[in-house]
Amino acid sequence: MQTKRTIFPNRWLPYGLLAPQLAITLVFFIWPALQAVKSSFEREDPFGFKTTFIWFGNYAKLLADPLYLNSLWRTLIFAVLVTAIAMGVSLILAVAVNRLLRSGRVYTTLLVWPYAVAPVVAGILWWFMFNPSIGILSYLLGQLGVTWNHRVNADQAMILIVLAASWKQISYNFLFFVAGLQSVPASLSEAAAIDGAGPFKRFWTIVVPLLSPTTFFLLIVNINYAMFDTFGVIDATTSGGPAQSTNILVYKVYADGFLGLNIGSSAAQSVLLMLIVIILIVVQFRFVERRVQY
Amino acid sequence: MAAIELSGVKKTYPGGIEVIHGLDLAIADGEMVVLVGPSGCGKSTLLRMIAGLETITDGTISIGGAVVNRREPAERDVAMVFQNYALYPHMTVRGNLEYGLRNRGTPRAEIDARVEAAARTLEIAPFLDRKPRQLSGGQRQRVAMGRAIVRQPKAFLFDEPLSNLDAKLRGQMRIEIRRLQRALGTTSVYVTHDQLEAMTLADRLVVMNGGHIEQVGKPTELYDRPASLFVAGFIGSPPMNLIDIETLRALTGAAFPPSLPVGTDIVGIRPDAIMMGPAGGGDISISGVVELIEPVGGESHLYVRVAGLDQAMVIVAQGRSVLSETGRLDFSLPVAALHPFSRATGKRLR
Repeated sequence: MQTKRTIFPNRWLPYGLLAPQLAITLVFFIWPALQAVKSSFEREDPFGFKTTFIWFGNYAKLLADPLYLNSLWRTLIFAVLVTAIAMGVSLILAVAVNRLLRSGRVYTTLLVWPYAVAPVVAGILWWFMFNPSIGILSYLLGQLGVTWNHRVNADQAMILIVLAASWKQISYNFLFFVAGLQSVPASLSEAAAIDGAGPFKRFWTIVVPLLSPTTFFLLIVNINYAMFDTFGVIDATTSGGPAQSTNILVYKVYADGFLGLNIGSSAAQSVLLMLIVIILIVVQFRFVERRVQY
Repeated sequence: MAAIELSGVKKTYPGGIEVIHGLDLAIADGEMVVLVGPSGCGKSTLLRMIAGLETITDGTISIGGAVVNRREPAERDVAMVFQNYALYPHMTVRGNLEYGLRNRGTPRAEIDARVEAAARTLEIAPFLDRKPRQLSGGQRQRVAMGRAIVRQPKAFLFDEPLSNLDAKLRGQMRIEIRRLQRALGTTSVYVTHDQLEAMTLADRLVVMNGGHIEQVGKPTELYDRPASLFVAGFIGSPPMNLIDIETLRALTGAAFPPSLPVGTDIVGIRPDAIMMGPAGGGDISISGVVELIEPVGGESHLYVRVAGLDQAMVIVAQGRSVLSETGRLDFSLPVAALHPFSRATGKRLR
């Protein structure tokens, strides 16, 4: 790609133009992140009068805490399910829409709408539908003999947040998959058809490999989404309950820090969460990306 | 190997646009038939219908005696070479060649043998482990050919396979395709808009226009006796000169040549049939002004403006032309070389 070079008349002008964005990044991202790293090494007394530097005390305590390990496990289940469902469903929808010629555009527009819905609103939406007393879906499930109460049933609570979180992410994945599918030349599928491959074989041996750069990109985006951006969904629906069953890492950071006022532990958790995601992405780039190039 | 038979084949797209209007064509076993015509004449659509990539609205297509209208492309046992080659970019050359065989459950040993044989024939053995993007255009073209021949199908279908190559490579590959097709003796249908390619490759040439067949025959037959004005203008380069008979009469003051059939409105003459010089030996003498000379090497194309004619006449002169542009030129047309056409029907009269 060719980069455009602009010559500024004043050498300070480009820095001045960058300054607002840099200031926002520094004040709202970099500085708090450094604060968090600093806080993660400290213990604060309940009234905020005194902070003690305790090295890795917070980390050691966390890693020995069954509640934290439970949260880690719950996060793993949640992230895997959300990524798998959001990507799987969106791929199916994208393939279906890609087969349409004219009406495809309408469906695309409709399918993108959920992305414009705020996570909290998405959470509330599903919470209402699954509300054990007034929800339409819990009522229908009741008719089928399933007692739905995500306030007491840990598995049902997990299903609820997975559904809400996946539903919102499907739009995003869908758009990328549609674009990816459209860049697969029709003649390749035709050549494969003549080469004796049926529709499913064509999909698996031609389309899926050619989509792999898109799939890889979405995998990373979805894992990040499930790890970080789903806070609103959980806060609006289960608040981590029942019995810690949906208390995923990003929610626990909030709950321990802002509700439990254990700033040191919360900070250490956020640093750990960050490390986990960094490691995941590094691993993906090292071992998966190599296979998606063709 | 098999004969292909099209009878009453029609193609209508959703919305009622008919692009192929009841077309009949029989292709003999082992024959190489070239479909040629301007873009939009339906030649590619027809090829895709034979391949099974387009549905057949009406009529039947049979391959090897069996009607294939309702068969999937895979079940028709044909191989196709696409204009953009359509190589699978994520597979190696070997993977590309093997794909069709593996889909059909060919035993491993036989796959290897066939791939080796094809690679040797096409001289692509050194590239077997490369990906298509690491190959040049000509090499990709060979791989696309290889993918067709390893399958040993009933028929080869070529969809403008050489149009993405440069002129030199195109000439080379054209000869190779011809040689390969002769050696294998596989029935082939070849689509092109390039009339030189069409003339040189075809056992039989099918000129298409607007979803109809204009003429079918040996390339030389079509050149010598074009059945319609369209074929006359399409086959041959530079194209045939077409002159209104009334204009010609007014121009020369000559009487209507008695040997032309009654009802002749337009006569055509090949640029190389025109005789040069004041006493060139032709029957109808004309003179004009040379407008442009295209030296093509061994011969020269002269564009001659004749008063009373809308279009400059093209004359092929052997050797290098000693004439200068804007110079005067006398030439004559032998009546025996005139092609008589009717304006109303667009057909040849004799």
